[in-house]
Amino acid sequence: MTPSLAPELAGRITRPAGPLVIDIAGVTKLYQMGEETIHALRGVSVKIHRNEYLAVMGPSGSGKSTLMNMLGCLDTPSEGRYEFTSKNVATMVDDELADIRNREIGFVFQTFNLLPRSTALANVELPLIYAGYSPAERKTKAIQAMQNVGLGDRLHHRPNELSGGQRQRVAIARALVNSPSIILADEPTGNLDSKTGVEIMALFEQLYAQGNTLIVVTHEEDIARHARRIVRLRDGLIESDGPVG
Amino acid sequence: MTRLIYELTESFRIAFAQIRANKLRSILTALGVIIGIVAVTLMGTAIRGIDTGFNKSLAMLGDDVLYVQKWPWGPVEDFWNYSNRPAIMPDQADKLNRIIEQTPNSLLEVAVPVSSRSTSVKYGENKVSGVFTIGTTADYGRLISADFSEGRLFNETEANGGRPVCVLGFDVAEAVFQSRSPLGATVLVGSHPFTVIGVVAKQGSFLGLFSFDNQVILPLEAFRKYFSVRRGAELRVKITDKTRVVDAREELIGAVRRVRGQLPGERDNFNINEQGAFKAQLDPIKQGIALVGLFITGLSLFVGAIGIMNITFVSVKERTKEIGTRKALGARRRTILLQFLIEAVSICLIGGIAGLALTYALVQVVSVTLPAIPVEFSVGLVFISMAVSIVTGIVSGFAPAWGASRLDPVVALRYE
Repeated sequence: MTPSLAPELAGRITRPAGPLVIDIAGVTKLYQMGEETIHALRGVSVKIHRNEYLAVMGPSGSGKSTLMNMLGCLDTPSEGRYEFTSKNVATMVDDELADIRNREIGFVFQTFNLLPRSTALANVELPLIYAGYSPAERKTKAIQAMQNVGLGDRLHHRPNELSGGQRQRVAIARALVNSPSIILADEPTGNLDSKTGVEIMALFEQLYAQGNTLIVVTHEEDIARHARRIVRLRDGLIESDGPVG
Repeated sequence: MTRLIYELTESFRIAFAQIRANKLRSILTALGVIIGIVAVTLMGTAIRGIDTGFNKSLAMLGDDVLYVQKWPWGPVEDFWNYSNRPAIMPDQADKLNRIIEQTPNSLLEVAVPVSSRSTSVKYGENKVSGVFTIGTTADYGRLISADFSEGRLFNETEANGGRPVCVLGFDVAEAVFQSRSPLGATVLVGSHPFTVIGVVAKQGSFLGLFSFDNQVILPLEAFRKYFSVRRGAELRVKITDKTRVVDAREELIGAVRRVRGQLPGERDNFNINEQGAFKAQLDPIKQGIALVGLFITGLSLFVGAIGIMNITFVSVKERTKEIGTRKALGARRRTILLQFLIEAVSICLIGGIAGLALTYALVQVVSVTLPAIPVEFSVGLVFISMAVSIVTGIVSGFAPAWGASRLDPVVALRYE
């Protein structure tokens, strides 16, 4: 029997929310597709605090991906306010956004996005290079992150020598290594079998318990229910925003 | 700053990993650069070789010798004007020398008359025609820098007495006597017997046109006894200080005017020729050759550069998703730009080093098998070709690398 991805809700802890990290208010995003203007977001407001575990849900075309890009500082809003730890992201230029992403955001992708020719350790070290850490510091931090995701014995393996679940763990270690304010995971179990998916979600639970702030973007109800709060999008607007209960 | 160093180190690491991972592709791309660098550096060695040959040839004329002649070196327009000038006769050298002696602190050391014509040299059955035959005085020894491979130049007594002795150029001696020593033998210069008293060591040819080794030197008195001197001679004047050529030249003009009895206001009816002026005439030609040569070989390097640009575009395209990931993880535009530039430069440098090695080998082969072709390898060439490789890499890698650095991370991450 395939294990269910749905979590055991009874008896799980919810950490008290910390200070405000993300403050989005009245954000819109327009895309020009030839003659047509597409309103991917039509006025979205959301506040995310430290220690939150949030799921962003919505069918395709709901603006979910656009919101995720916005939250990940990969993109800026057409209109509206976006403050990340009180810094105004909406008006930042490319390199400033790159620095925010480097220091404040840990990305976990559906397709893992590891560099194929680098070892697991080198992959995890990558954000630290951009942050300007010395080789020795990089190594210490990266080994620590690898141990934290249970891969302390896989440091010098290349991605093609690792299983899907291990690859995603390496990606999570890479997201954690620079101690970001938020971890942003886009369909983290989308490319994994359900057993491995359960393991990854268990790891997320562990990270949450350790005090990390998690945002998981998904279209799977079972995955979303791991979070403590679910934001549902439809047609570029927030349909609902509330705790999992 | 330290961040930049870490990024650079990382970029080099990635660049070499990429090259290793795509060996064949990298080698084929580098081949274009190799060919370009070989062409450019070979041209460079050839130009250098020509230059050295030039200077060596010019040095044969002597950089401390002024030539008093009827004609200037180089092309003339008003032919008759020069042709009608009175001949320069050998005895004018004596008069000139007396003036030099009487001038205190003269910048001129000695004037030597040189008459010349073409004759043949014969010994037994062996005969060489078209030998450049000159008649001069014992002072000639003070002009030339060449050593004697055997024997000596005639002395003043022999010269003034018009003794039938001669000094052979290296090639003439070799052609007529093969491996035997010519010293003491009697050769026929034209149809007149002369005893060989010396052989000048090998000097090489002047710009590949005229061999200094194909000559025979006779005492002037003997020369004028058997060959006409009506066509005149030239006077070669050695100066005391080669840093003061201009002053020496002025002094010489005055002295020669006196010797030739020219009135004040009259235009000089002779020319003072010198190595420097010759050089000035030939330099533009030399530069023209260099420019055209470098342009043509530069084209092959240009083709190599296009190959690099192409492969960098391919590399950027292939790794669009990786670029997106790197940007998501905090890589700035500069980081991505540097990464691909370094990749392009690395391939160019590998090509450059291989090309340089190939050039070095070719130069060695050419200088052994075809010594007539002037090629010369130099340390400067190493630096220049490395610089050219780096610049090629930067120039050809820039457009694709710039494009990569400007990629929208959202678009790049979605790229499959």
